[in-house]
Amino acid sequence: MPTTDRDVAVQADDLTRRFGPVLAVDGLSFHVKRGELFGLVGPDGAGKTTTLRMLSGVLPPSSGDARLGGTSVVEDPEEVKHRIAYMSQRFGLYTDLTVMENLAFYADLFEVPKGEREERLERLFHFSNLGPFRDRLAGALSGGMKQKLGLSCALIHQPEILLLDEPTFGVDPISRRDLWLIVHDMVAEGVTAIVSTAYMDEAERFDRLAFLHRGRVVALGSPDDLVDAMEGELLVITVDRVRQARQAVTGHAAVQLAAVFGDQLHVMVSSAQRDGPAVRSALEDWGFTVSGFQEAEPGLEDVFIHRIARADANAAEERA
Amino acid sequence: MSRWRGRFERVLGMVAKEFRQIFRDPRMVRVIFFAPIFQLIVFGYAVSTDLWKTKTFVVDHDNTRASRELVEALTASGYFQVSGRSQRPADLVRALDHGDAILGLQIPAGFASSLQERGGPARVQLLIDGTNSNTASVAQSYAERIVQSYALEYAPTRPIAVDFRERAWYNADLASRNYNVPAVVGALILLVCLLLTSLAVVREREIGTLEQLRVSPLASVELIAGKTIPFAVIGLVDLALVTTVALIWFGVPFRGSLLLLFGASVLYLLSGLGVGLLISTISKTQQEAFMASFLVFMPAILLSGFMFPVSSMPELFQWLTLVNPVRHYIEIVRAIFLKGTNLGALWPQFLALAGIGAGLLSFASSRFSKTAS
Repeated sequence: MPTTDRDVAVQADDLTRRFGPVLAVDGLSFHVKRGELFGLVGPDGAGKTTTLRMLSGVLPPSSGDARLGGTSVVEDPEEVKHRIAYMSQRFGLYTDLTVMENLAFYADLFEVPKGEREERLERLFHFSNLGPFRDRLAGALSGGMKQKLGLSCALIHQPEILLLDEPTFGVDPISRRDLWLIVHDMVAEGVTAIVSTAYMDEAERFDRLAFLHRGRVVALGSPDDLVDAMEGELLVITVDRVRQARQAVTGHAAVQLAAVFGDQLHVMVSSAQRDGPAVRSALEDWGFTVSGFQEAEPGLEDVFIHRIARADANAAEERA
Repeated sequence: MSRWRGRFERVLGMVAKEFRQIFRDPRMVRVIFFAPIFQLIVFGYAVSTDLWKTKTFVVDHDNTRASRELVEALTASGYFQVSGRSQRPADLVRALDHGDAILGLQIPAGFASSLQERGGPARVQLLIDGTNSNTASVAQSYAERIVQSYALEYAPTRPIAVDFRERAWYNADLASRNYNVPAVVGALILLVCLLLTSLAVVREREIGTLEQLRVSPLASVELIAGKTIPFAVIGLVDLALVTTVALIWFGVPFRGSLLLLFGASVLYLLSGLGVGLLISTISKTQQEAFMASFLVFMPAILLSGFMFPVSSMPELFQWLTLVNPVRHYIEIVRAIFLKGTNLGALWPQFLALAGIGAGLLSFASSRFSKTAS
């Protein structure tokens, strides 16, 4: 199905940002469809925050542009602010104001009509379970509750587009689940959400995602597509001295990529059937004890590690 | 139309939030309402350049009725009080050294006879502790005048070339309290605006809410208005508070128009808020803002004529004071309180205040808009 302009909520074109000599975001291009839950996934320093700040209109791009609901962040950043909700990594709450006062303040800023406030607050309280704490000072809330209050403040004006910068960072598992429930619910209602995360296990939640590495997109697509596009097959090996084993196996001719996942070794080969036995016997020849050895479906994390390795190899080639 | 309503509502929301935060913090309430009163009382009572019962050491070698009457004349004024007597000049030096006396009066033997019999000039020595130059010069001139009038009374037959009579207008007793208390108003409003504005903005930056405000539809101008209006209001409330205490408690005369004082204060606030905002753009933490506020406050007060008259400053500094809003405001306040001057005579100061205030605030606003990220 061809995407028309009406279906696209966010369109980033060659978005670039320099901080002095540092290239934080390097020619980012992607689009997000209306009502989609889109992920910006990547390790710290990959450019997630810089990208979201540019999308929100606070940070002007060095070059390139992005359109949110058709409005350019370069030409009309103020208009963009009316359409979006942006929640920075550490949402600034007024710790000396109560939960209600914080919400009321953001409702004032976004001109939420007085008549609609009651209903919206009820809904937000329903999701966030903050209702019983409405008269508590924000400073006296737990970390997870603060984050939920931050999200509630960001959502009080019912934005078209939600930009969330690592909303689950450092949050306890229960609040984390609550936060995702709120996000999923908003998306179900037709809100477009772009959420950044450094947690790989959260990447499965997105409809589509961009995997960022050193300011560039190294993978873009739905989780399923990304996994399907993976070339080669995965061997999951349980072995002692797993780190040394990875080093040893990396040099093996049949091995495309080897990575440590907890106490297991993930090894990519072009054919498990053909190369598997060779890898196993090589490990045993080097004196490692292999206690488990099986073929598995690669996960998103395997995809990312693969893509990062490829991107770094390309970058090294470019430099050479 | 609705665009302006939206603006108005956002600023209003911002102001309401600011007041909530201010009154939630008991320390803030103390700073706003008790500190000014406390400072006023300190200035009203303690900071006084008036002379009263200055400790005087007398060495009277003459010991006649004439010499005793001279001492009597000094002490009868109330300005001087005999704190010690001796026949040895060394004791006088000791008293001055130890700070037991500020003034030393030495009357040589033969004082009375030279005054009466020979009609020649009678000599009296006055020694003054000059470490506090202010007190010293005041004490010197008072003592001189008393000795002069004593001499005239004692020898009325001598011809008088010039009959010099002084009278201080507007402040007949030359009470320094009447002069200082109105000026304290100027210092207090400046301090409140500088400190509260810069701290309030920097605190938002510290806790990360400033970034959040910047992604909201709140425009820069609205943010500045929301941040400054509350402190302007507080500044004016402090003005009313301090003025009331000055009038009722200290009985400082108020001869001018309250409306004029209010108008001058509003113009003056522009400068205070502007500088406060400017400080907030260069400070990363509240401590930095606090330090910067005092760095600005001290020279602004010293170069205002609050404590030291502008006319006795070096010429370069006299020029510098022209761009100091405190100078113009204090001139206006003193004139309104003590002289009852109207706008007809004060318009240059009003114009200066308006110009400096508008300049500072617009410069600070443009810098603030650029650096708020």
